[in-house]
Amino acid sequence: MDVLDLARWQFGITTVYHFLMVPLTIGLSLIVAGMQTAWVRTGDRKYLAMTKFWGKLLLINFAMGVVTGIVQEFQFGMAWSAYSRFVGDVFGAPLAMEGLVAFFVESTFLGLWIFGWDRLPKRVHLACVWAFSLATVASAYFILAANSWMQHPVGIEVRDGRPVLTSIGAVLGNSTVLAAFPHTVFGAFCVAATFLVGISAWHLWHRSDDEPVWRGSLRLGAWVGVVAFAGVAISGDLQGKLMFEQQPMKMAAAEALCRTEEPASFSVFAIGDVASPDCEDVKSITVPALLSFLAHNDFSSEVKGLDELVPLYQERYGANYPVDERLGELSGQPIDYVPLLPVTYWGFRLMIGFGAIATFAGVAALWLTRGGRLPRGRWFPIAALASIATPFLANSFGWIFTEMGRQPFVVVPNPSGVDGVWMYTAQAVSNSAPGEVLTSLIALTTVYGALAVVEGFLVRRYVRAGVPGVLPPEKPADQKHDTDEHDDEKPDAEKKSDVLAFAY
Amino acid sequence: MNLPLLWFCVIALLWLGYLFLEGFDFGVGMLLPVLGRDETERRVLINTIGPVWDGNEVWLIVAAGATFAAFPGWYASLFSATYLPLTLFLVALIGRGVAFEYRGKVDSARWRRVWDRIIVTGSWTAALCVGFVITATVLGLPLDAAGDRIGSPFASVTWETVLGALAVAGYALVHGAIFLALKTEGDVRYRARALALRAAPVALLPLVVLLLLVQLRSGEPWTWAATGVVLAAVAAALARLARGREGQAFSGMAVAVAATVLALFGALYPDVLPSTADPAHSLTVAGAASSSYTLTVMTWVAAFGTPAVLVYQGWTYWVFRKRIGVRHIPATHVPAASS
Ligand code: HDD
Ligand code: HEM
Ligand code: HEM
Repeated sequence: MDVLDLARWQFGITTVYHFLMVPLTIGLSLIVAGMQTAWVRTGDRKYLAMTKFWGKLLLINFAMGVVTGIVQEFQFGMAWSAYSRFVGDVFGAPLAMEGLVAFFVESTFLGLWIFGWDRLPKRVHLACVWAFSLATVASAYFILAANSWMQHPVGIEVRDGRPVLTSIGAVLGNSTVLAAFPHTVFGAFCVAATFLVGISAWHLWHRSDDEPVWRGSLRLGAWVGVVAFAGVAISGDLQGKLMFEQQPMKMAAAEALCRTEEPASFSVFAIGDVASPDCEDVKSITVPALLSFLAHNDFSSEVKGLDELVPLYQERYGANYPVDERLGELSGQPIDYVPLLPVTYWGFRLMIGFGAIATFAGVAALWLTRGGRLPRGRWFPIAALASIATPFLANSFGWIFTEMGRQPFVVVPNPSGVDGVWMYTAQAVSNSAPGEVLTSLIALTTVYGALAVVEGFLVRRYVRAGVPGVLPPEKPADQKHDTDEHDDEKPDAEKKSDVLAFAY
Repeated sequence: MNLPLLWFCVIALLWLGYLFLEGFDFGVGMLLPVLGRDETERRVLINTIGPVWDGNEVWLIVAAGATFAAFPGWYASLFSATYLPLTLFLVALIGRGVAFEYRGKVDSARWRRVWDRIIVTGSWTAALCVGFVITATVLGLPLDAAGDRIGSPFASVTWETVLGALAVAGYALVHGAIFLALKTEGDVRYRARALALRAAPVALLPLVVLLLLVQLRSGEPWTWAATGVVLAAVAAALARLARGREGQAFSGMAVAVAATVLALFGALYPDVLPSTADPAHSLTVAGAASSSYTLTVMTWVAAFGTPAVLVYQGWTYWVFRKRIGVRHIPATHVPAASS
């Protein structure tokens, strides 16, 4: 494999992995903040138990989000140095802002939250969890603004062949990020919601102690999930319309649409090889005119197919790669403008499909547990736990579709609008030795694999232990067997302040 | 002051924050088996940095992000040219970070032993790598006209960068010991103090050699002066420490790190990354900077962001200002092995 392939595999693996932690952190941190707010306002121990239980799982997950994020931050310079030089004037700014505005807040207030239970006044402590969870959302905004710029490069002019920032407002207010941000955040809530539903249902079925905690968590999760899926569908529809306008090639690839159609039908499912050159042997179940609606809000619009787009791209952006030794084997070769169709076609469907399963699971859980009911079948806890995987998969497929659907470009030209700047992925990669990238690919993948096992093990253990695992039962006042005699002479207040409420 | 120079200073400042803050995090991790004689003592050590280590690490993330935004070429050339050391660095940071969070989550001596090892090796490795990379940028790398590294993946491994690696690791060791003397109580505190005093002459030697080397190669009178300040501050810090004045010793180290960064980055200026292959290929502050619009935007963000960061990070240190001792450590409360 050459450096390009290795670097792409590495970026794909490390970001998909990072994005397993990210949505759970974003969704769960806000939900936990809400739970703690309920506790501070009502004083009900049920809410404290919820905060502690879900908060602990959040922390186990958060640690992995942090350490995998650092890899992302470094990777642009290490493996994609040509890209970094090319886009740095524009792309670096949101990344630096993310650090300065979001990560500092996130990490500092998380520390205050974890260790501050007995050190801070209740309300200040509550403010810390809000500061930290809102900062995760802010970080999502900045990084998505950076990513959206790659899909729809706005706010720049080209000087000496390079994009130079002329309007930060345009980059942060990019129509693409305005749609991608709600989509991603709702997607994150889908993950957190299913996580709540699945685990709570399992505990209910096992008749664990603290039933109100699980029942409350389940219903909260299910409602959040239903709202989040509606949000994902609405924002996804907006994204589809933008994609039709900005990245027609990705739109066609999402549908494996060989020929221009008017009105265009939406393919729900295909049997056969969607990448085959003459689309004849693909049997597809289609909904007439739905694609036109997704793209343009009416049932008659034309949606351009690959047959029309490929010549258009060739005419605008050239039929061959430039002759440049850095491009290696690709130098001077014809450019393949069509993304990997099986990936884009199925990625798009799996995103929506898995999201739909997750919502179905949420609604089903609400129905099955209505009014204190509970199904007794063995299938119930298994289905509940299995459904947790679905929104994670939906998110991964969403990203894989978005990112692979813009190939062969890393910065994508938009034939219909801003169009002055683009970069081929093949030009973006560092001039490294293949051995270097292979080494880091193997090292990171191995470490990530091992950590996945560890995180899974810990999450499982904390999940099974339930509330008693994170919140010691309240001791009756006269029970003092674990304090020694000397302690008995000290005044009560001092004894209490000696031992930390939480320590690693 | 023009904007590129301002941003050169901001990046130096971010490295200063990082070296000062995560310097003692690394030191605490490196000293874990030396100063922590039993499980409770090891927990004392780890909990001195528990609430803050992640915030400290963000200084690195922002230093990298700000370099990307303000000097894309510097970020791209430095990071791609030191690919393997940075890979090692990342793996070390991953291990350390996860270890802090996970080591106390299972009540088993074996489990903790594994994570302790990761904390120790991770902290040593990360400190060495930071020193390596900073020295590489100060003394230069073999770069061609495009800013790409000439030579093998190990071209950055020279005796100078190895010296730099040792310099930062040695500094982190002493800095961490002084920090522990300041933040712990009882036996650990006295052992940390004694260790700092005993280790300092050897551990700080590479740093002194590195500073002199850099000054001999490209020093200015005022960076020589900064080097003098480093020596004086370290001497004062150790003298105060010997007197049991840990707070003053720690402040002395702060001055020493600040002067070190001044001496190194001052000697680096007007380059950001010299090319050892041909001075014409060196990346300079003026040449590698982003457009003035980008820098203006970033300046506004930094002007509001940085003071806020200093205030709330300072507040965190205030909230957790108390010394920690064995008597503060709560019993482990974690789920038992599943039935
Ligand atoms: C939509 C959200 C999102 C996306 C697309 C990304 N991240 Fe991320 N990242 C987060 C949302 C997030 C977060 C929610 O803020 C995290 C996850 C868990 C956490 O600890 O914070 C985080 C952590 C995190 C950290 C550690 C922060 C710390 O120490 O507190 C870094 C350096 C990055 N990320 C960098 C990146 C880069 C360079 C990305 C692009 C490839 C990226 N992330 C994609
Ligand atoms: C966390 C969510 C993300 C996921 C899961 C993701 C996924 C992927 C995948 C699968 C690839 C490989 C595509 C291929 O090689 O065909 C890729 C490439 C890439 N992505 Fe993303 N991405 C994410 C976020 C981002 C963000 C936020 C940015 C920029 C800020 C970004 C920038 C890039 C770059 C520079 C490449 C390398 C070029 C390429 O191979 O296409 N990605 N991403
Ligand atoms: C009706 C359902 C949905 C529709 C119509 C939809 C639509 C879209 C579209 C058009 C894109 C591509 C944007 C672009 O590349 O320009 C996208 C990306 C994405 N989708 Fe969905 N989606 C749906 C459901 C979901 C669900 C359920 C999840 C996760 C739980 C999800 C997560 C994502 C993610 C993470 C991305 C990549 C990031 C981004 O571009 O925002 N989507 N979606």
